[in-house]
Parts: sequence; C-alpha cells; structure tokens
Amino acid sequence: MKLTLKIWRQKNASDKGGFVTYPIDGISTDMSFLEMMDVLNEELSAKDEDPVHFDHDCREGICGMCSLYINGHPHGPKQTTTCQLHMRSFSDGDTITIEPWRAAAFPVVKDLVVDRASFDRIIQAGGYVSVNTGGVPDANEIPIPKRIADEAFDSATCIGCGACVAACKNASAMLFTSAKISQLAMLPQGQVERMTRAEKMVAQMDAEGFGACTNTGACEAECPKGISLTNIARMNREYFSASVKSENV
Amino acid sequence: MSWVTKTLSSTIGRKLIMSLTGLFLILFLIGHVSGNMLLFKDDGGEAFNIYAHFMTTNPAVKILSYLTYISIIGHVIWSIWLTKTNKAARPIGYGQSTPPSTSVASRNMGILGTIVLIFLVVHMKTFWYEMHWGGIPFVNYAGGEFKDLYTVVLFAFQNEFMVIGYVIAMAFLAFHLSHGFSSAFQTLGLNHRKYSPAIHTIGILFSILVPVLFASMPVYIYFTQS
Ligand code: HEM
Ligand code: SF4
Ligand code: FES
Repeated sequence: MKLTLKIWRQKNASDKGGFVTYPIDGISTDMSFLEMMDVLNEELSAKDEDPVHFDHDCREGICGMCSLYINGHPHGPKQTTTCQLHMRSFSDGDTITIEPWRAAAFPVVKDLVVDRASFDRIIQAGGYVSVNTGGVPDANEIPIPKRIADEAFDSATCIGCGACVAACKNASAMLFTSAKISQLAMLPQGQVERMTRAEKMVAQMDAEGFGACTNTGACEAECPKGISLTNIARMNREYFSASVKSENV
Repeated sequence: MSWVTKTLSSTIGRKLIMSLTGLFLILFLIGHVSGNMLLFKDDGGEAFNIYAHFMTTNPAVKILSYLTYISIIGHVIWSIWLTKTNKAARPIGYGQSTPPSTSVASRNMGILGTIVLIFLVVHMKTFWYEMHWGGIPFVNYAGGEFKDLYTVVLFAFQNEFMVIGYVIAMAFLAFHLSHGFSSAFQTLGLNHRKYSPAIHTIGILFSILVPVLFASMPVYIYFTQS
C-alpha cells in the first residue's frame, strides 16, 4: 500500500507544533497500525530525522497505552485499540491524519505522546479497596451473584486509554471514572470506601479540568472496550447518594 | 463550601441542576400547551380569556409561574457555566474531527437552547408583558370583565413573519427536547434496561407532539382569521 500520512509534530510541551506530511510506500495490509508507524520511524531514523514519538506498550489491546487520534476517531475507524487496528482497514492511496488526544487534562509531551497522569490521580483519589493482611483468603469465599460479577467485570475491562476523553466534545472523563467507580461499587469488597470513593474520584476528575457530560454517547461509541453509558448513570447515583449520606460535611 | 454548594458546583451537580430545571420546564410545557388548546375552541376566545385571567390571578398558579421563571433563569445560567467548563476542557481542537454516530441535537444543545431563549424573549414581550402591563382591551362575559388576550393573539398571528418565526422556533425546541428529555433521566442516574427504552420513546414522541401542537396554533389562526 502507498499512503500519505499527515502527522502532528511537536518538539515539546511548549512548542506550538503543526502537521507534517510523510509519503510512505510498501505497507502490507497485514501490518498493524503501529507497525506501519515503526516502518515510518525506521525511514526517518535512516535519514537522521527525529522519529515520530507515540505511546504504546503491550500491543495486545490490554494495557491502554496506545493513543492515536486517526482520521477523526480515537483509535481509528474500528472499535478497537490503535495497536489492534490493522492496515487492511485502510485503502491504497489514502491520506491518514494522525493527532494526539486533545484535552486540557492530557497535555502533549511530544508529537503524539500525551501525559495521562490525570487518570492516575483520579484512581489514586479512590479507585482502590481496603484489604486485610494475613492468611490468603479462600477463593470464592464471598458469594457474588453471577450477573453482578459479570457486570462488574464489564466495567473493569476499561483499560484507561482515554479514548472516551478524546472522543467527547467536552473532553469529559466521565466514562472512565464511572467505569472505575462502578466496578468497585457493585462488589462486596468495594463497600467500605464506597461513598468516599464516589466523592473523591469525582472531585479529582473535576480538579483535573475534564469537562461535564452532555450524554451525547460519543465515548461509548468510540471506547475500544465497549464501556456503556449505564456506568455514568450509576456514577451519578453513587455521587448523589454519597453527597446526601456520607459523613464528609 | 458546604456540602450542598460543593455537590451542586461539581460537574455532576451542575448537570443535576440542568436536569431538574429542564424537567420542570417540560412539565410547564405540558400545562402551557394544554391550556392554549383553548385557542382552537370556536367561541370567540371566551374560554381562552377566562383561562388567561385565571392563570394571571390564581395564587397557586403564581407560585408555579415563579418556579418557572426560576427554572428558566437557572437553566440558562447553569448552561453557560457548564458550556464554559466544557470548552475550557479542550483548549486546542483537532485538525480533522469527523463527528461519530451521535445525534446532531446532543452535540448542539447550547445553540438550540440559545435560539429557544431568543424566542422566549420575543414571546414574552408579545403576550406575557402585554397581558401584565400592556394596554389590553377588555371584554365582558357572564363572570365580569376580562382582558381580551385572545384578540392580541389573533392580531399577532396575522403577521406571516411572526407565524414563520414561531414554527421555526418550535422546530428548534423539538430538537432540544429530542435529546434533553431522555438526557435528563440519564443525568439523574435513571438508566435501566427495564424502563430506559420507554423513556427514550416517550421523549421522542413528546419532542414531536408538543412543539407541533404549539406551532399549529399560529398556523391555524393565520389561515382561519385572514
Ligand atoms: C422550554 C424550554 C426548555 C426546556 C424544556 C429545556 C429542557 C432541557 C432538558 C430536559 C435538558 C437535559 C438536561 C440533562 O441533560 O440532564 C436540557 C439541556 C440543556 N439545555 Fe435546555 N431546555 C429549555 C430551554 C433552554 C434554554 C433557553 C437554554 C439556553 C441557553 C438551554 C440550554 C441547554 C443546554 C446548553 C443543555 C445541555 C447542557 C449539557 O448537558 O451540557 N435550554 N434542556
Ligand atoms: S472507558 Fe473505554 S475509552 Fe475510556 S479509558 Fe476506559 S477503555 Fe478507554
Ligand atoms: S499498546 Fe497496549 S493497548 Fe495498545
């Protein structure tokens, strides 16, 4: 395949940045999107040019590290992660526009790399459960109905990639935050911190400068893990009930 | 900050205000459209004028009308506050953004609302202000002397620009409601596979029916009176 890549290049956080166009040839339809980027970077390196910086780690769709905004969609045209996107999703001769996630809370570090530490701080604010030290508990000691376990697991599949923020017109982090709050609110292990969790994670999400939710559903449509809007409704319930009931005045 | 102001100034709390004021305005629309259906009654406006008199003098209705004013003002102020936060959350936009499969209405609630607001100002000047403080002629019915708002309405809708403006404004209201109705329930946390499909269907039907009924009034008057 022969392609034209329009890529956002930015030297550092304070650089203004801009699009640079790169023609590329000899791309196989079996390559993953990131392998195509690797080919480009090898060519750039051979020419002694600075390779295009982008985030990635597992390349298996589980770590949430890859993050490219491709042709107007986070993670590209398919509902999957960028690392699981293949070049067969494009046609010979296409122009592909590649940009970083855009949000005040995700500042660009370099080229296509953004700093998603704001997500880490939301998790630190309350996305954990207390456990006692001591002997290893027996498996299945706590009975959890299958349906609840499944639903909590669905929420837990969020890989924290930030595509929901990238897709949202308000750069809102509600799908991510609500998936994390939901996952723990549904399970018995999550009950101890249930109320403070909802309050603190929402407060941190707001402090990071993410927008509010207009319920458009762009996040749900773009999420590679199919996290649903029902999580956001649940987060709102958790938050309202925590506001009314918690001991934090 | 007290827990109340803390909750209501969070992004979710601010949406709660939007949802509750929006739902109250939806209730108001139901009342308003039902009463105004009296314009279709072929009695020279007697029932409509008696109803209008009741609406401006009854103390219970007074309380409701103040709640309506507060809801509109609150809805607008909170929408400005939210929109500012939402815009600030993405200071640098995308070079190429193709909107995904979300509804046009949901992506343009602010613009739709602003047009509805402009309509509201014109609408209130034309009827509400005239009814309260304008020089309206009086008519006599069995019950006594009544302000003849009916004639004011008939007069206003002889103007084709007014009629076209009303119909267009109602189209924008319909769009606003097509997203707003079900969105308000989602904001409240009411999303369940048992009843969410019903809320969605009722929302779409409501967002068509109510604006169409409202729009049919100026159209009916224009064509029957001229
Ligand atoms: C009769 C008039 C109106 C009714 C019945 C109405 C109803 C609603 C409802 C039910 C919602 C959904 C709330 C939610 O998502 O929880 C909404 C949202 C909204 N309304 Fe209205 N509205 C009206 C007038 C206005 C006006 C005059 C404005 C003026 C600017 C406005 C601006 C907005 C905005 C910006 C939103 C979306 C807020 C967001 O989620 O980002 N609305 N409206
Ligand atoms: S909700 Fe989906 S899009 Fe958002 S961070 Fe989690 S996996 Fe990524
Ligand atoms: S690189 Fe790990 S999910 Fe894409």
